[in-house]
Amino acid sequence: MDEVQVKVKPETVTVYIMGQAYQVPAGLTILKALEYAGFRVVRGVGCRGGFCGACATVYRLPGDYRLYADLACQTTVKDGMYLALLPATPAERRAYDLRKVKPAGDTLLALYPELARCVACNTCTKACPQKLEVMDAAQAALRGEVARVAELTFDCLSCGLCTMRCPAEIPHYHVWQLARRLYGAYVAPRAHHLSRRVQEIQEGKCAAELARLVRLPKEELRELYKAREIEPE
Amino acid sequence: MSLLYFPGCALKDQARDYERAVLSVLARLGYEVRELPRWNCCGTVYSLAQDDLMRHVGPVRNLIRVQEAGGDRVLTVCAMCYHTLRRSARFAENPENLRRLNAFMDEEEDYRGGVRVVHLAQLLLEEVGEERLAQAVVRPLEGLRLGAYYGCTLLRPKELAVDHPERPEILERLIAAVGAEPALFPERVECCGAYLTVTRPDIVRARAGAVLVSAARAGAHALLTSCPLCKFNLEERRPLGAPRIPIFYLGEALAWALGAAEIPKELRPFLAAGVMP
Repeated sequence: MDEVQVKVKPETVTVYIMGQAYQVPAGLTILKALEYAGFRVVRGVGCRGGFCGACATVYRLPGDYRLYADLACQTTVKDGMYLALLPATPAERRAYDLRKVKPAGDTLLALYPELARCVACNTCTKACPQKLEVMDAAQAALRGEVARVAELTFDCLSCGLCTMRCPAEIPHYHVWQLARRLYGAYVAPRAHHLSRRVQEIQEGKCAAELARLVRLPKEELRELYKAREIEPE
Repeated sequence: MSLLYFPGCALKDQARDYERAVLSVLARLGYEVRELPRWNCCGTVYSLAQDDLMRHVGPVRNLIRVQEAGGDRVLTVCAMCYHTLRRSARFAENPENLRRLNAFMDEEEDYRGGVRVVHLAQLLLEEVGEERLAQAVVRPLEGLRLGAYYGCTLLRPKELAVDHPERPEILERLIAAVGAEPALFPERVECCGAYLTVTRPDIVRARAGAVLVSAARAGAHALLTSCPLCKFNLEERRPLGAPRIPIFYLGEALAWALGAAEIPKELRPFLAAGVMP
């Protein structure tokens, strides 16, 4: 077969999707470039806003040995980019009862003993689209520092790229989730004002006011809404 | 004097008392100890495989952290961390190994080599010195016979030994400097059984028994170690009937003598009359 002749217009870039060259408009995200090229993406896509982590993907650039990892909905295409579609990263979440596990010592390690296989290679950190210090979190998990793990992984989207790349086969995002749950359940200060408020509501403090609002004509309700007190920013 | 410090995982978990003791001792000796702002596991077990570069990445990354913090030496108090970091530092002295390590860690600044890994015992003997240590003592441990249990990681292989690998005296000199009497016993440089504690606890029980009997014959009231695994094995794999000698960390005994921690109840009866517990 003859060599594929690719004619590049100034406003387009060439990307290679699973080996096949496509011309796509410059400035598209990887996700939109895939769709522009005709792929119907129904898995490995979600919010399209950089929050859900479903569109985790990997790519390479010409003349560069690195395997880059990022979110397909947040990364614009570059000329010569090699793209692929990624499925989800399978990983097992261990069974635990949050009321019984404790936020200290070896809880994380007991449920996820593969943490001890971490050799601090830092491949996970390089794969993180959120630019988290993933390896530092794995190391903190190894020594049972639950609060530190929760803090380091607060912005984790559970996209699974670190888990896909980890040579120690650690299911990071499940470990992080457990750490954050432990933190929320046992370490974070209790919001006492909230439980007081809930109690007030249960005791009927708002019942009369609510009943009045429910019976209010739509127009009056709208006026009330507009005139509501708003906390200063 | 400012001192960069690598704690290691055990000191942040099972051995927190050890860390507290060591930090208070070093503060009393005038050191301003700075924990490395970032660090990872030392590697725990030095890899003996010929072609296993990946196992050296973790330890050498810690040496890069020392470099980043502007230091050329780092203090370890755990014998295991000392061993692995020191040995990987030697591994990285080979230019080909260094090149491969730096090529792999392309997200870090290159390790330039030359970071010295120092164990607590070396720092105390070689830099502080017995004289200054003795001057800092507020509660001499007179009457106590303390056995120094070196185990393997401080002494073998000889290239990284903190002292003579078969006839060490560095820990005994520290014990003497704080007023206690060193109890010399033949098994002090023998292995505790180490990681066989997982797969062959029977072997470790035999080893722990031999160490404890040997120490008891030498009249030791307590044993000092700086290795969390030795301590675990001597305590948790003690065979039935073996002498119940308490095991402490080196830094704890120094903290008793320097007035930074209370002398444990079980040792108070051995103290010479006149020594305030």
